[in-house]
Amino acid sequence: MEEVNNNPAAPSAKAWKPKILAIFCNWCTYTASDLAGVSRLKYPATTRVLRVMCSGRIDPQFILTAFSEGADAILIGGCHPGDCHYATGNYKCLRRFHLLQKYMKQMNIEPERLRLEWISASEGKRLAEVVGEMSETIQNLGPNKVKQQVSHIEK
Amino acid sequence: MAEEHKPKLKMAVYWGAACGGCCVSVLDVHETLLTVIQHADLVFWPIALDTKYSDVDAMEDKSIDITLFNGAVRNSENEHMAHVLRAKSKLLIAYGSCAHMGGIPGLANFFSKEEILKRAFDETPSTENPDKVRPQLEYNVPEGTLTLPKFYEDVYTLNQIVDVDYFIPGCPPQTERLVEVFLAIVNGTELPPKGSVIGVAEHAQCEECKRIRSDNRSINRFYRPWEIEDDGVSCFIDQGVICLGPATISGCGVRCVKGNAPCRGCYGPMSDVVDMGAKILSTMATMINSEDENEIIKVIDKIDDPAGLFYRFSLPASKIRRKIQ
Repeated sequence: MEEVNNNPAAPSAKAWKPKILAIFCNWCTYTASDLAGVSRLKYPATTRVLRVMCSGRIDPQFILTAFSEGADAILIGGCHPGDCHYATGNYKCLRRFHLLQKYMKQMNIEPERLRLEWISASEGKRLAEVVGEMSETIQNLGPNKVKQQVSHIEK
Repeated sequence: MAEEHKPKLKMAVYWGAACGGCCVSVLDVHETLLTVIQHADLVFWPIALDTKYSDVDAMEDKSIDITLFNGAVRNSENEHMAHVLRAKSKLLIAYGSCAHMGGIPGLANFFSKEEILKRAFDETPSTENPDKVRPQLEYNVPEGTLTLPKFYEDVYTLNQIVDVDYFIPGCPPQTERLVEVFLAIVNGTELPPKGSVIGVAEHAQCEECKRIRSDNRSINRFYRPWEIEDDGVSCFIDQGVICLGPATISGCGVRCVKGNAPCRGCYGPMSDVVDMGAKILSTMATMINSEDENEIIKVIDKIDDPAGLFYRFSLPASKIRRKIQ
């Protein structure tokens, strides 16, 4: 793995592991992460999981707050299109996701730091793969600079 | 009347990084100015009075009753005066969008200091600067040393620099709201908790807007205001024009929409909102009338500058308060 260390607070590049906020919907992706657990699948311990009832519940304020408070990346997991427990919540999430991506591009935040995946309750293996992939991508990308730049009042 | 025996209030109005519109909105009290000066002495007001900074420095701490600070904090002079006026004032009020949320000057947070200086001193078509001269903080001339305030990397809201008692939002604030607040202070009405946004009504612009809204809202295509002929009757959002009304607190009297222009959010967010732009981003995205990913991307493509539009007045006050470098 490439050595990346943009964060002076991190003791060394090797010690740094990404912190990924995972926001999973109760009905599909959260259940999938449960399945990954009981199936004893291995994946990196980089995620902090936040369970919401529906991916449509994810207010863009959650995403921006997470970035500004030090999340290196955010993974959103919801039900596949057509499968939403509340019929259309995941579509609302999809629309917000794409507009957020456009906003992030303007703010110079790498698009890889926000990922949306449809993972059904039976796809525990897929969940482990996605977390593994994403951890590697973010490890290569390095720490998120947002917190450092928004909290430090530089003059 | 009993008030006539009361000592007069001391009031100051100051501008940081501002356009001057807020000071003019204070002048817009018109003949009510007579009521104002009956109750208050204006001790410091650069746009109208010749009081010097040294006169302010000579004032005792907490000797000014009310200071209306308009404008954002963008350089060392703004910051210095914010600290001075905080010390000299009993009530420091962030007056107008710039002091409240950064305002239009806050859009400079989309650029670095270097980019701004380069644009201003090298690139603008009207600039001829072959020697690449840049303003210096100090310059020695035979008469002594000339100084300029330091230009900061970021634009700040007033309360990111000093403790603020109240916020009166707006670009500029409606003069009627200022008079209401002023008279409340004069009459000794119990003031809201410190840190409150005052001169607003606790509901969104849409509550007061007279335009007709459809029940099942959806957007097939976004339009810039100049791309359509506004029918003057139906909600801008129903016509596909982005309006920040749903995310903006009332207080202005929906003046822009009454003037057939969509709301741009100068009054700031509702009280429980932490990031105004995120709220309007959410509202607008949700209304896109498609479940197909490519179609959604196509519709979003029509919003040229979401960050600049959704954070028109609130970028320095938002969660990600500047472009990351």
